[in-house]
Amino acid sequence: MKRRDFLISAAAAGALAAPNLARADSSRVLRFVPQANLSSMDAVAGTQYVVRNAALLVWDMLYGVNARLEPQPQMAEGHEVDAEFRTWTFRLRPGLKFHDGEPVRSRDCIASLKRWMVRDTMGQLIAAKTDALEALDDRTFRFRLKAPFPKLLYALGKNNAPTALMMPERIARTDPFQLISEYVGSGPMKFSRSEWVPGARAVFERFADYQPRGEPAEWLAGGKRMLLDRIEWLIMDPATAGAALQNGEVDWWETPLPDLVPLLRSSRGIAVDIADPLGNIGSLRMNHLQPPFNDVRARRALLMGLSQQDYMEAVVGNNPDLWQALPSFFTPGTAIYSEDGGDILKGPRNYDAAKRLLAEAGQLGAKVTLLVATDIPITKAEGEVTQDLLTKLGFNVDYVATDWGTVGARRTKKDPPSQGGWNIFHTWHAGADCVNPAPYTALDCGGDKAWFGWPNSPKVEQCIADWYAAPDLGAEKAAIAAINRASFEVVTYAPTGFFRMYQAWRSSLSGVVKAPFPVFWGVQRS
Amino acid sequence: MYAYAVRRILSTIPVMAVVALFVFSLLYVAPGDPAAIIAGDQATPADVERIRASLGLDRPFLIRFGEWLWRVLHGDLGQSIFTNLPVTHMIAQRIEPTLSLMSLTMIISIGCAVPMGVLAAYKHGTWIDRVVMIMAVAGFSVPVFVVGYVLAYTFALELDVLPVQGYTPIANGVGPWLANLALPAVTLGSAFTALIARITRATMLEVLSQDYVRTARSKGVDQRDILFVHALKNAAVPIVTIIGLGVAGLIGGSVVTESVFAIPGVGRLVVDAILRRDYPVIQGVILMFSFIYVLVNLTVDLLYTVFDPRIRY
Repeated sequence: MKRRDFLISAAAAGALAAPNLARADSSRVLRFVPQANLSSMDAVAGTQYVVRNAALLVWDMLYGVNARLEPQPQMAEGHEVDAEFRTWTFRLRPGLKFHDGEPVRSRDCIASLKRWMVRDTMGQLIAAKTDALEALDDRTFRFRLKAPFPKLLYALGKNNAPTALMMPERIARTDPFQLISEYVGSGPMKFSRSEWVPGARAVFERFADYQPRGEPAEWLAGGKRMLLDRIEWLIMDPATAGAALQNGEVDWWETPLPDLVPLLRSSRGIAVDIADPLGNIGSLRMNHLQPPFNDVRARRALLMGLSQQDYMEAVVGNNPDLWQALPSFFTPGTAIYSEDGGDILKGPRNYDAAKRLLAEAGQLGAKVTLLVATDIPITKAEGEVTQDLLTKLGFNVDYVATDWGTVGARRTKKDPPSQGGWNIFHTWHAGADCVNPAPYTALDCGGDKAWFGWPNSPKVEQCIADWYAAPDLGAEKAAIAAINRASFEVVTYAPTGFFRMYQAWRSSLSGVVKAPFPVFWGVQRS
Repeated sequence: MYAYAVRRILSTIPVMAVVALFVFSLLYVAPGDPAAIIAGDQATPADVERIRASLGLDRPFLIRFGEWLWRVLHGDLGQSIFTNLPVTHMIAQRIEPTLSLMSLTMIISIGCAVPMGVLAAYKHGTWIDRVVMIMAVAGFSVPVFVVGYVLAYTFALELDVLPVQGYTPIANGVGPWLANLALPAVTLGSAFTALIARITRATMLEVLSQDYVRTARSKGVDQRDILFVHALKNAAVPIVTIIGLGVAGLIGGSVVTESVFAIPGVGRLVVDAILRRDYPVIQGVILMFSFIYVLVNLTVDLLYTVFDPRIRY
């Protein structure tokens, strides 16, 4: 017995007697510190990663990707598709139930898919091609498309938010731009609404009637066998989380601060390893509508001076295992990765050439409004390096230190910076979202309809369309290379590097795997 | 006195109305957008606009204020934009930890500070007086979060006698409840203790120099009675005033302490709500804190009549 527990018990024995709440056996309870506060559970209306991670526990999917991002049947027993990839028929596995005991039916899946298709990029493409989405019986439904869409299974099984989660029809009928208010799911864990203290604690209880598949689990594919009865998500300050992990008060910390990792590594009983092999891509996002970066020469000048080493060492420290230079917009290490067009980010930085280009564009000494969310360590680090870079390039920097909520609101404005707009803000993209163009909203160059910054390049848009239509891996690789080249030509945004983060857990846990999201199935106490 | 109390309670209505208008207006003009946060980083600008419209955040100020005020007058503080939970429910979930923390802090702080101040005044000019004053200065000077992390490191990580974080409801046992709150209460109370100790010492020094104290001493009254019956009672009015003012500091300090020790209190709730721009929660919590503070001031005023019979309303 630990000293703390003995003292507490002794004090309790002499204190006023009070009943204890019934709790699951502690050996089957996991205490987890997530990356951020869980403020809602709707992974369709919102794209926050923490919401997606929680939702994957509560709701299941028709298909789920494995570690090679190959979609595998999950709730679906399988599918039939015609030679033209236009008619897709899906059949649900028997015995699937929602947490309220109701069976999962085709109409629930259809309603869920319709809601998801409004918000998801691939879903929108599918919806535009859909002639009919109809139930054939309670376990069978069919997509009839006007045009081929070979990547339908990938769309249904991808882990990127918005995820195609299967909800009861009544919940799925919620406006896709409003948050759902009921959390009855189809997944391996039930959300314990009565114990939810938003901002402090979220509790998930094992769903006894969940029917896992027979195959071994691998990310979102295979059998999601829960070896835990209860998972408690505890939201806390990073320093407190580090102390709590050392003290055994929590079991698993999703994203420890890089500064605390050496301390955790040296602590007994704690394991530390890379969290997500697909990592993250840092982003310096420029406003293409306002000077100076409405001129491609100014954007290219920035790339000529940008040192990804500076950015990455600011974000993750000087551990070379955690970062690499990235002359690309895509996640390295995949079969379709390309560095075509990325030479501008290679080699020694050339500030003189960059300044000459800026002078040619008439932007030397221009004022730049730099929005920096100082409440998020990654964006704060990136912002400070950018301030230095802009100063070296001779810009007049207006460094706006603020919080992410303000950045999120201000970046929507297309006005000049002097009227509440902006020139640069920072963020980062999960590597899983940057493997290909499908979930990669930041890569779109549709002008007014594009993501914040509003880059405009019909060439990039055509290359993305070519990827969607690519019939095989070779064609996909060629399309990705073309997208990369075109994106560097227009400088959609400036990739600041590729980096990975750690996760840390008590050595008494087994089954913790590396993935773009925390995988709870298969985790247990040794 | 009852009439006075009723008058003071009724006077909270215009005070609360001003607070409500001020808070609502401030949030309206402050930068930030809950729609952008709900939508998430990967959402498009069009998505954010749609969500904003679905939340009604694009409606004029007066309409939004009028609707909110009407609901507040009917006891409805609205619903969280993010969780769809009633604000009253979210506050009710969090109020016990915060009240527990504040109550324990006040008990520990007053229980330590008043005797310290009395002792320092009694031993004025000696090393005891200097030690108490040094401790008071340290209590003021060291930031709350530094105190918290040092205590957590020492007592939780190194000595392993108390937990690092969390809160156990009192219904689950007084022992665990106390164990979770001990370090946070000492942390939060460090500056509060320093403040009360200094004020107690100052007012006691003044009172101890009065003629009636000298008379009591010369009549052979026990020194303890002189200090704690005659002198302290007369020094109590400023001390009670400072304690009442200090409650406001505790409310603010509880935010940092609750974050350091991961206590699910109202302080953390409002900070999270501010960062997310969860307007109904921010408005509801500030209204609640304002009302509590008005009640605290009323209580302080009424306590004056207990310590000083000359004061009558």
